[in-house]
Amino acid sequence: MLTKAVRCFSVVLLIANACLGASKLNVVTATEDLAALGQEIGGDHVNIESIARGYQDPHFVEPKPSFLLKLQKADMLALVGLELEIGWLPPLITQSGNSKIQVGANGYVDMSRYCQVMEVPTGAVTRAMGDVHPLGNPHYWLDPENGRRIARAFKDKFSEMRPADAPFFASKLADFEKRLTEAEKGWDAKMAPYHGAKIVTYHRSFPNFCERFKINVELYVEPKPGIPPTPSHTLDVINSMKRENIKVILVEPYFDMRTPNSIAQQTGGIALVLPPSVGGVKEIKTYFDLFDYDINLISTALAKYK
Amino acid sequence: MRLYWTAWSMLFLGGPLAMAQNNADLLERMKAMEDRIQALESELAQLKGAPAPVQAGQAPAATPAPAPVAPQSAGVLGGAGAGASKILNPDVSVIGDFLGTVGNSGPVQTPSLEMHESEVGLQAILDPYARADFFISFGEQGVNLEEGYLTFPSLPGKFELKVGKMRAAFGSVNALHNHVLPWADRPLVTNNLVGGEDGINDAGFSLSRVFAGPGGLFLEGTAQLFRGDSSTVFKTYKHDDVSTVEHLRAYRDLSESTNLNLGFSYSRGHSPVAETLINQLYGFDATIRWKPLRRSIYHSFVGRTELIWDHNEESRPAAFGYYASGDYQFARRWFFGGRFDRSERFFSYNPLDQTVVLNPPIATQPLFQDTGGSLILTYWPSEFSQIRAQLRRTAYEQSITANELLFQFMFSIGAHGAHPF
Repeated sequence: MLTKAVRCFSVVLLIANACLGASKLNVVTATEDLAALGQEIGGDHVNIESIARGYQDPHFVEPKPSFLLKLQKADMLALVGLELEIGWLPPLITQSGNSKIQVGANGYVDMSRYCQVMEVPTGAVTRAMGDVHPLGNPHYWLDPENGRRIARAFKDKFSEMRPADAPFFASKLADFEKRLTEAEKGWDAKMAPYHGAKIVTYHRSFPNFCERFKINVELYVEPKPGIPPTPSHTLDVINSMKRENIKVILVEPYFDMRTPNSIAQQTGGIALVLPPSVGGVKEIKTYFDLFDYDINLISTALAKYK
Repeated sequence: MRLYWTAWSMLFLGGPLAMAQNNADLLERMKAMEDRIQALESELAQLKGAPAPVQAGQAPAATPAPAPVAPQSAGVLGGAGAGASKILNPDVSVIGDFLGTVGNSGPVQTPSLEMHESEVGLQAILDPYARADFFISFGEQGVNLEEGYLTFPSLPGKFELKVGKMRAAFGSVNALHNHVLPWADRPLVTNNLVGGEDGINDAGFSLSRVFAGPGGLFLEGTAQLFRGDSSTVFKTYKHDDVSTVEHLRAYRDLSESTNLNLGFSYSRGHSPVAETLINQLYGFDATIRWKPLRRSIYHSFVGRTELIWDHNEESRPAAFGYYASGDYQFARRWFFGGRFDRSERFFSYNPLDQTVVLNPPIATQPLFQDTGGSLILTYWPSEFSQIRAQLRRTAYEQSITANELLFQFMFSIGAHGAHPF
């Protein structure tokens, strides 16, 4: 009799477990950085997937129909915002037919609303300025402080959607913040000798990163955001780098290396492929890996030319 | 006596405890007020268009993530400025399409230089349940509502409903606006069998739904009901002469960089030639795309084909046409492509003024067949403009060969919403 009761109880537990498993939050994020942060907080209580890959240009993602199948069953969509995804996400949202993630719905979460945003234009904005983001620079996740803010936003949203799991999400956030604070000490120590160092970047992808670690971006390989390098601008960059003794050029993985390599060759410097996102190279699997990798790369290069 | 000692114990021991509790409460309240001041400062900075002031060494870890809309505080007087209401205006865009033609154009006369189209787009979210899109096309001679429809994106059962005037989901080219075509013109089969540039474009309803098929296959079914007036394809003679379009789309990622899209279309409506005639169009389209993610802004390839049969319930065989094209992006700003066209047609061109003459559907009436080919070179100065040259040779049925160079300048201002894939 007792054995039968234990068996029944086990079956009930299995069913309950299966039900709990089925009630995992389905979260879709625009980028792998948001997915990595969401995973830190959601743990095994969420299924989280990113649309864009870390090694592709997040401005130009094809809105492939296969993404619709992911969005169709999503409870939540987290996006970078500031019009980073303007060219591909809106039609996907509309076509998904999922009321939970439509603009303004509870599951539509624009993370830029929780973060410190840089390069917010204050004057007139025209396309003569290139492909400028009129709401501010969307590459804000590259400041760990903003990573912390995004993690908190995930915790709040997850807790709101799954109140029973709120203590779990709170403990995951506390653990994340503790590890992040600890990691920041190491990153700060590594970058401390290079405060004030001057560098060149291809696109305006690193303002938050450079502000946080006190590096000065003096020039850009692009003459204007989104405009490919021109010969005259490239010559200007070479001359300025020689004059200012700048040796390091940071290039996102999705840009062509010919111009940066040519500039580096003529200035005696180095062009580094610096991933701005989780998944940018296969070694970067978490938000912590992203900073470990990037800081290691930059500090090594700056040490060489110090 | 016990009560007396209990009271004294509470007074002497509980007092400091209560004070400590009060101090803790006070500190908690001060912290909350401090957080609130910081949130207000941040909001004020954002309203002024400056980045939120986050002080060095500040530990916002203690503050919860701010709600997207901060509650109205007693310290904030008045609302937003009058200009703030303009943020509810729709996204406005204008896309200009300037087209020029050089050479012998055969029976289809085209102007040497024309502002072919100026498409004004007005797009906005209407309310929590729907969005609205209007595309008004200004030509040199007149104005046409190219599309204007409401979309209900979140109906029960994950259906999407559109109501209004829209380009029908027949094949792949019919649904595309001029500015997203990879050519300066439309294929012969579109001109001969599907109504040309206007195409199947009518007022009605469109209901679609996305399905997950086996093995990660994406399926989308669309059913459309229209009034029944579409260019030279369908005509309505009375209220119930409606036309319909059905489209089944299957899509699959073959790899991270490559995907294949197949479509099957059917459309039915009354023929403009005679009320008793029913035009039926059958279509098959296939598109293969290659775009390596790491170099997606530099290299890509799109191969397309579309096969269309037009049957009008007469004893004569259906008219058939197709095109096949390939476009390769060989640099960040440069594309090169080619297209082969072949299509039969029922109508003929009036030799006097080159207008279309719809021939009566007589079984003995021969079908005309045209064959053409194009080479296309496209340059993008930026994301918002393109310059295109197209060398086109077309052999028309009546032994007329046209050799033309088309050149096109296309430019976009304003916020034009992204088109579906």
